[in-house]
Amino acid sequence: MSQDHDHRDEHAPIRDGGHASPLARRARALEALLTEKGVLSTADIRSAIDTLVSRTPADGAKLVARAWVDPAFKVRLLADPKAAAAELGLDLTSYARLVVVENTDKVHHVVVCTLCSCYPRMLLGPPPAWYKSLDYRARTVADPRGVIREFGLELPPKVEVRVLDSTADMRYLVLPRRPLGTEHLSEADLGSLVTRDSMIGVSDPKPERTHV
Amino acid sequence: MRFREGDRVRVRTDDRAGHIRTPAYIRGKSGWVAIAHGEFRNPESLAYGGEGLPKQPLYLVGFRQTDLWPRYSGPPTDTLYVDVYEHWLSPEGGSA
Repeated sequence: MSQDHDHRDEHAPIRDGGHASPLARRARALEALLTEKGVLSTADIRSAIDTLVSRTPADGAKLVARAWVDPAFKVRLLADPKAAAAELGLDLTSYARLVVVENTDKVHHVVVCTLCSCYPRMLLGPPPAWYKSLDYRARTVADPRGVIREFGLELPPKVEVRVLDSTADMRYLVLPRRPLGTEHLSEADLGSLVTRDSMIGVSDPKPERTHV
Repeated sequence: MRFREGDRVRVRTDDRAGHIRTPAYIRGKSGWVAIAHGEFRNPESLAYGGEGLPKQPLYLVGFRQTDLWPRYSGPPTDTLYVDVYEHWLSPEGGSA
C-alpha cells in the first residue's frame, strides 16, 4: 500500500486506545504474577495460545466428510464423537464434552451460546466475531429462521428448526446434510465443501466450492 | 440423576445475583428432558474459586418455541434445547 493513498471518506485516524479494559488489565496482572513466581513462563503462555488458535474448521470437515461416505462411521460419530474423532487421528481427550447432531430433511439444528460464546473450538477453531455478537446470541434463540435466512438459507415450514443454546459443559457440532449431486466426489473433495457455518447450522454446504 | 429422558420438567423462576447458567428466557417455562448428560462440577461454585462440589447432574432440556416466545413467527413444531443443571429443574406430571 502506498504512503500517499487518499481516502475519499474523511475519518479520524485509527489509533490504539491506550487504555485496556478492566478484564484485560486483570489478565495482564495475573500473567505477570504467574511468570514472576515461576508458575508459568511467557513461552508456556504463548504456546497455549498458539494451540488454542491453531485448530481450524478443517478438522470438523474431516469428520463430516467421513460420516457422509461411511454410514457405520456416522453411527459411531453420533454415538461417541470423541472416539470417532480418534479414528481419524484427532485427539480431543483434553477438551470439553462434545455432542454431534445430524441435520436431515426433517430437522435443522443451529447452535448458539446466549450466555457467552461456547463453541466447539476443538473442531472449528476460534469462533467468528459474529458468533460472539450480542445480536446473533439474542436473535438466534427467538428468531432462528430469520437469522438463518440472513445467511442465505430459507428453511421450509415442514422442517423443524431446533436451536441448541449451549450454556454449560457440552459443545455441539452440527453434521450438515450432504449436498445433492455429490455422489461422484471423493471424501477429500467432499471435505472441501464443508464450511464452518454449515457446522454451526446457519447454512448448508453447497454442491460446489464457492471459492477457489 | 433425578430425571430421565422424556420426563416433563419446569425451570425454576429463582432470580439471584451471581454466576448462573440458566438463561432468563427459559425460567418458569416447561419442557422435557432430551439427554441426561451426566454430572459436572457446579459452575455457580467454580466461578468464585470453589471446588464445584457436589457435582450437579446436567440435562439437555427441550422446549417448544411457541411456549418460550408468545409471538414466535415460525411453525409450532420448532424447538429449542438448553443445557440446564438439575437444581434449576422441578418435576412436572406426565411424560413428553
